[in-house]
Formats: sequence, structure tokens, C-alpha cells
Amino acid sequence: MAVLETEIKITPEIAAEHGLTPGEYARVQKILGRDPNITELGIFSVMWSEHCSYKSSKVHLKRLPTRGAQVLQGPGENAGVVDIGDGWCAVFKIESHNHPSFVEPFQGAATGVGGILRDIFTMGARPIAVLDSLRFGPITENAGATHEEVLRNRRILDGVIRGIGSYGNCFGVPTVGGEVQFEPCYSNNPLVNALALGIAKKDQLFFASARGTGNPVIYVGAKTGRDGIHGASLLASAEFTEESQQKRPNVQVGDPFLEKLLLEACLEAMRTGAVVAIQDMGAAGLTCSTCEMASRGSTGIEIDLARVPQRETGMTPYEIMLSESQERMLLVAERGREREVLDVFKKWELDAVEIGCVTEGGLLRILDHGRLVAEIPAHPLAEEGPVYERPLAPPAARRDAPMAQFLAEGANLTENFRKLLAAPAIASKHWIIEQYDHMVRTNTLVNPEAGDAAVIRVKETNRALALSVDGNGRWCQIDPRAGAMHAVAEAARNVACSGARPIAATNCLNFGSPEKPEVMWQFSQAIDGIGEACNALGTPITGGNVSFYNETLGRSIFPTPTIGVLGLLDDASSALGLAFRSPGDAIVLLEGCPPWSAVNLLQCEFSSSEYARTLLGISAGSVPAVDLAAEKRLIDCLVALAAEKSLHSAHDLSDGGLAVTLAESSFAAHGLSADVSLEGAAPAEYALFGERGACAVVTCPPAALARVLAIAAQYGVNARAIGSVTQGDFRIQYNGQLVVAARLESLREPWATSLERALGLKQGVQ
Amino acid sequence: MKFGVVVFPGSNCDHDTHHALGTVLKQPVEFIWHQSQQVNGFDAIILPGGFSYGDYLRTGAIARFSPVMRAVEKFARGGGLVLGVCNGFQMLLEAGLLPGAVLRNHGLRFICRHVHIRVENTETPFTCAATPGQILKIPIAHSDGSYFCDEATLADLERNGQIIFRYTTSDGRPDGRDDAAGNPNGAIANIAGISNREGNVAGLMPHPERAVEAALGSADGQVIFRSMIETLVRQVGVSA
Repeated sequence: MAVLETEIKITPEIAAEHGLTPGEYARVQKILGRDPNITELGIFSVMWSEHCSYKSSKVHLKRLPTRGAQVLQGPGENAGVVDIGDGWCAVFKIESHNHPSFVEPFQGAATGVGGILRDIFTMGARPIAVLDSLRFGPITENAGATHEEVLRNRRILDGVIRGIGSYGNCFGVPTVGGEVQFEPCYSNNPLVNALALGIAKKDQLFFASARGTGNPVIYVGAKTGRDGIHGASLLASAEFTEESQQKRPNVQVGDPFLEKLLLEACLEAMRTGAVVAIQDMGAAGLTCSTCEMASRGSTGIEIDLARVPQRETGMTPYEIMLSESQERMLLVAERGREREVLDVFKKWELDAVEIGCVTEGGLLRILDHGRLVAEIPAHPLAEEGPVYERPLAPPAARRDAPMAQFLAEGANLTENFRKLLAAPAIASKHWIIEQYDHMVRTNTLVNPEAGDAAVIRVKETNRALALSVDGNGRWCQIDPRAGAMHAVAEAARNVACSGARPIAATNCLNFGSPEKPEVMWQFSQAIDGIGEACNALGTPITGGNVSFYNETLGRSIFPTPTIGVLGLLDDASSALGLAFRSPGDAIVLLEGCPPWSAVNLLQCEFSSSEYARTLLGISAGSVPAVDLAAEKRLIDCLVALAAEKSLHSAHDLSDGGLAVTLAESSFAAHGLSADVSLEGAAPAEYALFGERGACAVVTCPPAALARVLAIAAQYGVNARAIGSVTQGDFRIQYNGQLVVAARLESLREPWATSLERALGLKQGVQ
Repeated sequence: MKFGVVVFPGSNCDHDTHHALGTVLKQPVEFIWHQSQQVNGFDAIILPGGFSYGDYLRTGAIARFSPVMRAVEKFARGGGLVLGVCNGFQMLLEAGLLPGAVLRNHGLRFICRHVHIRVENTETPFTCAATPGQILKIPIAHSDGSYFCDEATLADLERNGQIIFRYTTSDGRPDGRDDAAGNPNGAIANIAGISNREGNVAGLMPHPERAVEAALGSADGQVIFRSMIETLVRQVGVSA
């Protein structure tokens, strides 16, 4: 082999600056049989970064269930694929873009959306929906953050929302839902997790496996610049310090217009039949796409960087290989038919250049003007990176925080309810949703405000897909295993409330530093919880990503796995929303678990509720018990009820408890309200605001009530008519006492306006 | 009868418009590539919504120089029906086929929601199937949708009946008292859509193609397309 020129003598210190440990560096030397040059060192450092190599998480991720009758492609490709019938499949995945979104909120969030969209259309699927799971520090005073932090959190939120909107709206994919939560632990480390869903014909999927020696390797899309160099290694795979703002040059800049052209051109090029393989250039750009495609195809790839379209002059091989410029793809075409592919990109006025070819022998060879600048065996680089079984240790027992004391009789629960409805976590997200185009492509049957899950029809069939993304850092911090199970259960329950059968899941695992045994313990516990819940609910994990190092100045975020669950409706017209529909309808409480009135009062569970936090300033206690069998019963029951069109609405019980569930179904209905009567042994606050799994509130015409109760009984679900939909005041009686009574508008107003008021942004034309 | 939907780089409501006309309303419809030099064989042209050329520089400002726009201008000057929706409306303004301009929304943010618009003139090829004063529920999705023109132009528009849609509320009264309350973007005189003086070219910010199926929240947008179809059917030489 020709000796590679090295301008810089690589030392262990330089390797360390690239984030490689002495052991990892030794492994590099062993694979190469020599010292790497600076370009090769850069290539190894990004491929073996935590972000790209999953070196700390791999041993745990293996425990997740990834197989199922409908799973066509599990983790390992650009996105997961599930069969949805009629020859169609759904392609979906969730990914994080946390650190970039803190450093530069607008571009960080925008390119997060751009990256996940490319993962979808790389597979040959047209993106049809995006959802986002967001976490910010408090945006209101007195919520555990300093005044300065509050102001910064608002700016971050504003930038992230604008970034997501700007990218998705221009690209032409509807942003149909998601969730937003606020905790002090996210003040210096917001979470931006973007989930994208696409559809493709089952026999027209594309994979990222370079095959066919001699086939041309074609670079398409945006020109390569110096942006985003070391995004994956230095930004995503290290914790934040006070100097993190200086990492702004590591954040990529997005161009949704170019991505839209790339989408159309790629799908059109794929239809020519001349595309053998394709992969997007996301994290680690050209490095990752070349070595992964070669590794998957058991081939090699040779490219010449001189042919790579560049938008800056004087870029070094190191910079070109590590650039994370957005909106670029690498594809392998069939030799002799490359013209057909190139013509399509010409039509869309995009750069498309043959930069090399597929080779035998498994080597990744990088030339610059014909001069060899890097030569690395592709498979060891892509697949044989370090794998760590990092030490685990449960955190030291937390000091007992004070438990919530239930209020004495006669407390004004209506007033407390109003305050709860105005809590940022509970309040209407209308202000955010309106900034996203959630209708483009005209498939949105149930929009983000109208249902527990977004429902997107598949025009080519009679079917529809439902999607929900959920996470609960508050509970995962207390008990990561139970919290993670609740996250899976809630996402699946939400999907079932829309009438869809949950069929698959994707996960985004946001945690602190894997080098801390407590964090790895949280991670391991969460994986166990997700695995158990996905097994029980029949939703295998088909992909996702792991985001470690979510900490600043040594403080970790709450462990925050966010779970996206995909559901399938065989009949799109049976999709359900959460809004009450007709006055006089019966309101029925469905409980997969034993009726709450029979449950022993669990003060410690109540202490971990949103009510305890908002009204009592307490965030402690234990996570409500998870009963996966009960969740499954409830899900099956909801799907059966929706399929036979017995229901007018369905809404699960989650943050804020039963009272919030009833209020949200009222607010969505314009002029309809709830009048319910409950009985039980627990204090009224628990009955109204306690949070538990496996519960939902449904409505049906009075004539259908008997049928609904009978079906529930068939599924082993407790069902009780607790009241009716009215046009009057919102009323809840408990044990014969009127505990909440208010004009609906007086409850709706604080809920509807809280977010804008908190942001100090209430302005503009209404 | 054949509708043409122009595809610019960055158009993203082209498929939706094709679906509305072809699948829902069962009309012959084809895409027209922006590089096309002519629009022969089409009876009506629709410039769809989206972000043509990324809306860089200014919305619609680059698209108007596309080769197809010369053909569309010729088609329009010859009396052909041209409808611009959202970004398409912005192109017609930039091309001078319609008077005025659009500004950033008053709130300076993108807005996507259903709004209500009142049909102000039913004597146009785009509204003849509507009843006078009919209120349509149709979504908007834009950040630059605040229609603006000078006083003289506004007076002209009023005098010639060129203001064909005004924002209003769901129960907006014909006298216009409720219109400002329903105006989402600060458009002058609550204008949501206008036509040229001849009446054969029209543009509006709301998206009628998103409102042709009740399952998606409203089918009120159908009346605009049905008006165009009725007009074409009436015209000599075009059969349904």
C-alpha cells in the first residue's frame, strides 16, 4: 500500500482532542496496521463517536423487541418499515437534535426536521407527517429557574418552534402533533426530538447497501461547505460547558427548499430503476454514508474529493469528509444507466456528480485529485467500533421529599382546577400548532388539537395511520423503568383512542452522560421498561436514536425516553377525535385496571402528579403502578369500539387526571360541556386530578350505551357511565357534593391563553 | 375540458390541487412543468401554493420569471382562466397580472388555520356557483398573506367588483361589521382574494383545494372549482 502522506504527526494527544480514548486509538492503529493520518483520525473520531457508534448503548439496545409480523425492516437502516396492507408500507423514525437546538435554536430544530425527513425519503418513501417531542426549561417565573433562565428558555422555545415550522412548512410536510413539557432540568439542555412518517409501495423500498463492483457512486444535492464539522462528535457526543455557545459553527444550516427538490428528484430517480442504493448524508456526512454503504454491501468504495461539489474554496480532505452540510445524498447507480439518474437531477437543477465507484476488497479509499488521502477497511470502521459495557449503579436513595397533603374539605377545587389548566404542561398548545402547516398534502383527518393521536389517511387505500409521541421525564426521574413503560403505554393508548390498532414503535432515548454509572443505570432500566411494554402491547421497536451527554455543567437532564407509536386504521372513516360531539351523549369512563374507587389511596402516587407539582409545589413520591395487561385490555377495547363506530369521542386520562380529560373534550367541542358524578373513598382531589394508566373517557349516543358497556365487559374493561355531555356549565360531583362547577368559558380562557401570556407574546391580529 | 396545475421548484400544494380536481371533482387535470414554454390544450391554469424557489428574495418574485409564466401571461391576456392560490396568488401579484402586493402577516408568524371568507361578487368565473354573501370555511397557511395596495387601487378594486373574497367570521354579516374580527393577517380592507378587471384571473390566500372533502373539515372550497367548471362548460368549444 502506498504510504499516506501525513502533514501532521498524529499523537495520542491529538487523538484525545478528537474524543478518542487511548484504547480506542490503539484499536484504530490495529485496524490500519499503522498510525492514521489526520484525515483518517477525523473519520474514525466521527464514526466512533457516541452519536454514530452507539458504543455505550449497543449492549442494552439488543434487549429491545424488534420483530413482529408486520415489521419489514427493524433498526439498522435509515428508518423502520412496517407493512400496512394493500401493498403499502409505513416508514418512520424519531431522532434527536438536542444540542444544536440549544446552541442555535432555529437552525438546530430546522435541521433536526430536515435530517429525519431525509432518513424517510432515502428509503423511497414520501414523507406524509412530522411530529415533535419538545422539552424546555420553565417559561414562567417561580417554576425552578432564574429570571435569566426563564427569558432564555422563552427564546429557545420561540426559535425551536420557528425552526420546525420554517423547515416543515416549506418542505411541504404537515407537522401534525407532538408534545411539549417544561422542567428546570431542561433549562440548559432542551430536547428536540423529531419524528417523521412516510409511505412507500412495499416493492419499491430502497436500502443503503452498495452493491455491484464498478457501479458509480453519485453525490447529489447541496454543495459541501465547512458547516457542521464535528457536529456528531463534538456537539452531540459531549456534555455542555460554559463555552458551549462557541460551538455555534458546529451547527448546520438548513435549506428546506433544496431538500424539497432533493425529495422530488430522489423519488423520481428511484422510479427509473437505475438506483442500486442510496443513503443520506446526515451526521458525519460523507464519511458515514460511504463507509456504511460499503459495509452493508460487503464492498468497498473509492471516491475522489476533487469531484465533490464545494461551496467554499481551499477545503481540506479532512473538512470535506467531516462536513455536515445539509441536503446531500449519496447514491449508487447501475453502471451504464447513470445517465438516467443524472438527467433527473439535472431536471430539478441539482448537482449530481459521479465521485467514485463501488470496489471489491472492502476498503474505503479517499483520493484528492488522484492522491490517496485515506484508506480504511470499511466494515471495521462502520461496525467494529468500540462497544462498552459501562458500569451501572442506581442513584443514591433520594432524600424523602414532602408528600402532597390532600386539601381539607371545603377547598375551592374549581379555582385549583383553573390554575392546573393554565400550567404550561397542560395549557393549550394552539399557539404552537398554528405556526405549523398541519394540513398540507390534504391527509390530516384528525389534527393535533382534535385527537389523542394525529390521524393521517393513506389516499391510495381506505386506510389511515395514527401517530402519537409521548414521554414523561418527571416519572422516569423517579423510576426510569416504570416511567418508560408509561411512555410506551400512553403513546399506544393515544393511538387506540383515535381508533387505530398500535402496530410498531420508534424511540428516542435522551439521557445524561453514559460515563456516569447512575445515568447508565437509568438507561438500562428504561430499556427494560420499553422492552417489556412493547412486548406486552405488540409494538416492536423499529428504529430510533440514542442521545447521551444531555447535561450541562455536570447536571443531567431527567432520563427522557420519548416513544412514538404507529397505529393502523383499516377503515379511515372510523377515526375518532377527542371532542364531545352531541349534547345528551353518555360519558363513559373505561378502566382497564380495577375501578379507581376500589384502589387504595396512594398518597405517594398523587405526589408525582402534575396537580401536586403545580398546586402544591411538590414533585416527589412514586410513579403510578403500571399494569400492562390492563393497558392491553383497554387498547383492544377502544379499537373494537371504534371499528364498529359506537363512539362519538375518546380521550385518555393522562397529565392532570380525569378533570383535565373532561375539560379538553369540552374545549375542543365548541359549546359542549360535561356534567359528571363520581363516587369513591379517596379524597376528591385524587379522584379529579390523580394520574393513572389504562383509563380513557369515551362518549356515545344514549342508545349505544348498553352496547358500549357490553363490549367493554367482553374485553374485561370496567366501564361506567359517569354523566352526560351538556350545553350548560362544566360540573363534577363527587360523592353527592358539587366539587367543580364553572361556566365553560371561565375554564377555557386560562387554558387557551396561558402559553402566549407566559411567553409575553400575546400580540398580533386575532 | 382540461385543468393544468403548474409545478414550480418548491410548489407543495400541486399534488393536493391535482387530487382535488382529478380525484374529488373528477375533472381532467395535468401537471405543467415550470420550464414549459406553452400551455396549449389547457382550459384553465392553476398556480398552486408552496414555496416556489424557497420564497427566497420575496414570495413569488423568482417564480414569475419561470418560462411557463410567459405562457401563462399570454393565456391570461387571451381571456383564459387563471387561478393563483397562496404562493400562486403571490406570483400573479409579482407578475402584474393582479394589482397590489402581500406583506408579512401582522403577527409576523406563519398561520395555519381554518378561516371564513365571504363571497363578495358572484359574477366572476370563480364564484358564479356561490350564492351572494355566501360564507366559506377554508384554511389558510402562510406567513406573507397580508394583502396591500394603495388607496387609488383599492378604490378601483371596490368600484369594479374585483374584491371577490373578504375575511369575516363564521356568522359574519354582509355589511362587513365582523370582517376585521375574522381577518387573520391584517390584509387591507379584509381582502382575502381579488380578480383582475376582466375577471378571468383571480388569486386568493386561502387554500380551496384543502377544503373539498368534509372528512378534512370543510368542503366549502368546492364552490370555487365548481364555478370554474360551470364557466368552462358554458364557454363555446369546451365540452364537459
